[in-house]
Amino acid sequence: MSALDFSTKIGSKRFSNPIFTASGCASSGQELAQFFPLTEIGAVVTKSIMVKARTGRATPRMAETPSGMLNSIGLQGPGIDTFLERDIPWLVEQQVKVIVSIAGESVDEYGVLARRLRAVSGISAVEVNISCPNVENRGQVFACHPDTSIAVIEAVRRNIGGELPIIAKLSPDVTDIVEIARAVINAGVDGLALINTLLGMVIDTNTMKPKLAGKTGGLSGPAIRPVAVRAIYQVHQAFPDTPIVGMGGVASGRDALELILAGASAVSVGTASFGNPKAAFDIKNQLAELLTEKGFNDLRDAIGFAHRGI
Amino acid sequence: MSAKINQFATQMLAEVISNKKVGPYHHMVFAVGEMASHVKPGNFVAISVGGEQSSLVLRRAFAIYRALDKGPMGGSIELVVAPHGQGSRWLCQRAVGDLVDFIGPLGTAFGIPTVNANAMLIGGGYGSAPLFALAELLKNKGCRVDMVLGASTATKIYAPLEGKRSVSSLTLTTDDGSTGIHGQISEAIPRLIREFGTEVIYSCGPMGMLAAVAKIAEEFNLVHQCAVEESMACGIGVCMTCVIPVKNEDGIKMIRSCIDGPVMDGSQVIWDRKTVMDAL
Repeated sequence: MSALDFSTKIGSKRFSNPIFTASGCASSGQELAQFFPLTEIGAVVTKSIMVKARTGRATPRMAETPSGMLNSIGLQGPGIDTFLERDIPWLVEQQVKVIVSIAGESVDEYGVLARRLRAVSGISAVEVNISCPNVENRGQVFACHPDTSIAVIEAVRRNIGGELPIIAKLSPDVTDIVEIARAVINAGVDGLALINTLLGMVIDTNTMKPKLAGKTGGLSGPAIRPVAVRAIYQVHQAFPDTPIVGMGGVASGRDALELILAGASAVSVGTASFGNPKAAFDIKNQLAELLTEKGFNDLRDAIGFAHRGI
Repeated sequence: MSAKINQFATQMLAEVISNKKVGPYHHMVFAVGEMASHVKPGNFVAISVGGEQSSLVLRRAFAIYRALDKGPMGGSIELVVAPHGQGSRWLCQRAVGDLVDFIGPLGTAFGIPTVNANAMLIGGGYGSAPLFALAELLKNKGCRVDMVLGASTATKIYAPLEGKRSVSSLTLTTDDGSTGIHGQISEAIPRLIREFGTEVIYSCGPMGMLAAVAKIAEEFNLVHQCAVEESMACGIGVCMTCVIPVKNEDGIKMIRSCIDGPVMDGSQVIWDRKTVMDAL
């Protein structure tokens, strides 16, 4: 049996395997390092960092739902300065592949963040989160419109320079995700991250009020996996040459394979890490076994396999 | 911030070695081997619930009642569980011999005074559980330990016989007057502080009770360590859902109750919700 080529590529960067953490589900990495060596997975995608420190929303921030959860964190974080001083050096020192996720309140802020990142050594890509649902105004979800999506990506592109791959993270809460994907691909992204959480709500029938302090929250977990598979499948069909980092309810190697067959070049593990801190590590091993079992000796052959003729 | 996050935590399958109903609660004992030797009073464990095919995707956090380093079954951890929700009900239904996915010990521990002090331990409902191990530790250090336990009604007070051995006094309060002092636990505290010459307060229980105790501690100018309660998704610091608002130079800061808690300095927590909402 030949050895499996498990590596994957996004833009100019190669990763040793296709399993990443999902933004916001691994904090800054140190928390998970107690449970498995972070170098065992393809990359750590950091929580989305903003220009300034941010307190985030009030509690309750969480509501468990059938096979999933709502979160309403509101992008709590230390701000780019502290993040670059404290969190990034630790990850780089551990020789972990790092994808930095950024989020801005305006197009200009994305530009500022991109400029800060261009001089940082040791990072492998930037994920541009234009789809966090936990903002005050739906108009701030840039990924809801092609025009605003393009404006953000162009600002990042102008400021980042060099070869650092740009990955745009899109929302499934749109009428036509292919249209948004087309817009950001034309604006020059190297890859897409599909999907962010879906906007949802839970009402507590005892208090008869919304369960979350922020009222609405982002739905994640296995409940949304079919939505992720559909979005990845549609976008890969339209743009087979654009690498997709797939995510949405992946809890096993089997689930990761499903997203890869739909067209994902890499798979991020998010909510599953809350239930099992070793989830990403376990999923990587399960996926490798499963690919071999199915007769693949190169991950690339499995990407988008579900699209091929019978 | 500690040098290494979750540094004593391990993940393992723990065998249920005992599960007994005690009033409305379950007293459960798990064989955890080495894990027990790292436990300090105040720490908690995060448990995966519902089994492999479950739709419950999040871990549940439980305060550790007691840990025995070298018991008859090796290292063990004991919990007092109230079967309130789907996850805790599932846990209470486990039979002896069943395996449960454990991560622990997690979180901060109660700080122990460096000199002998008169300590008051205040517990609400099954929130009393982690206070017994603390009482034992304080007693062994030579501290006076006065325990005050309150609940809505007599059956909801968790006060096992073995726990009582470590305390200098035990006062009970119930909202309905079914046992002990009639009224809310916080109403009884000021008088007891004067009576016992209390110098440091430890508390564990519902957030409303902790807030009331924090106010009293401030009035008496006493050090107050409390174990907070906020729902967690992961227990290990990655999800950012279990945050507690504390004071900082900019007004407010959200810190994780799983990493920077559950034991916190009561005087640093912002208990008033309106203050929090105004600051956000």
